[in-house]
Amino acid sequence: MTKAQVISWFRIYEMFRFDAFHMYGIIGSAVLLGVIGVALIQRFGIKSTEGMPIAFSPKSMSIARYLFGGTIFGLGWAMTGACPGPMYTLIGGGFSVVLVVLASALLGTFTYGLIRKKLPH
Amino acid sequence: MIEFISQPWPWYVAGPLIALTMFLLLFFGKNFGVSSTLRTACAIGGAGKLSDFFDYDWKSQVWNLVFVGGMVIGGFIASTWLQQPDPIPLAQGTVEKLQELGISNPGEQYLPAEIFSWESLFTLRGFILLVVGGFFIGFGTRWAGGCTSGHAISGLSNLQLPSLIAVVGFFIGGLLMTHLLLPLILQL
Repeated sequence: MTKAQVISWFRIYEMFRFDAFHMYGIIGSAVLLGVIGVALIQRFGIKSTEGMPIAFSPKSMSIARYLFGGTIFGLGWAMTGACPGPMYTLIGGGFSVVLVVLASALLGTFTYGLIRKKLPH
Repeated sequence: MIEFISQPWPWYVAGPLIALTMFLLLFFGKNFGVSSTLRTACAIGGAGKLSDFFDYDWKSQVWNLVFVGGMVIGGFIASTWLQQPDPIPLAQGTVEKLQELGISNPGEQYLPAEIFSWESLFTLRGFILLVVGGFFIGFGTRWAGGCTSGHAISGLSNLQLPSLIAVVGFFIGGLLMTHLLLPLILQL
């Protein structure tokens, strides 16, 4: 994350401006290998270390939930330049003010838990 | 060796490593999704008394907290011992646009000093970007049921339509912010 600048606010800004291939290369190559690997796991019924076949539970279908929730997350991603993973990495990297971002994210998740029944899913 | 891994890693190293991370988690019977840790932390904090959304067996999710603990340690190691002195090679158009918006020396550090500092937190601009932005991340990921790792990487790898819709949402929000709202917020 750090070494490929995925944690950089600048790289996320650049990504949303479509100015560079860098972030698309990272996410795209991860997904491409992911698709191939998941297909192989399913084809050969590969088991996990716990002895169970690796299963993929389908996510329940909805448009509102993913589109609205996703859009709100996208706003936050472009503001802080960090999705949840890089947030932790930045804190480890000594950017102490990101602790405030993490605290706000916890508050956001908590708020969602309180009002979720009023939201379309 | 240290010099070799201290160089910036190109995308074709980072992307496959992310995929490898996902597969390692799958092989150990887990799954790759970072934003769930926020829910787990709320549950541990006792939020289950206020909403049944947090009333579940969080102990089964402790491994994920260990995983993100590893991300914190990884960030520390990379920043402390594997730091490269060179600025981030951003696209020229990005650099020019940011300078126009009042961000000095784009790419010289990982984060723009104008936003990510304790002093900035107490300005309107810094407060909106860090506190409101963080809130949107926590709220949006849970509503959408995942973030970049859970939807864009894990979900798309598994060819799930809901994840594709979520990723479209990520970009609607991200493009709206970057092109319309961020220029306004940075003027504050």
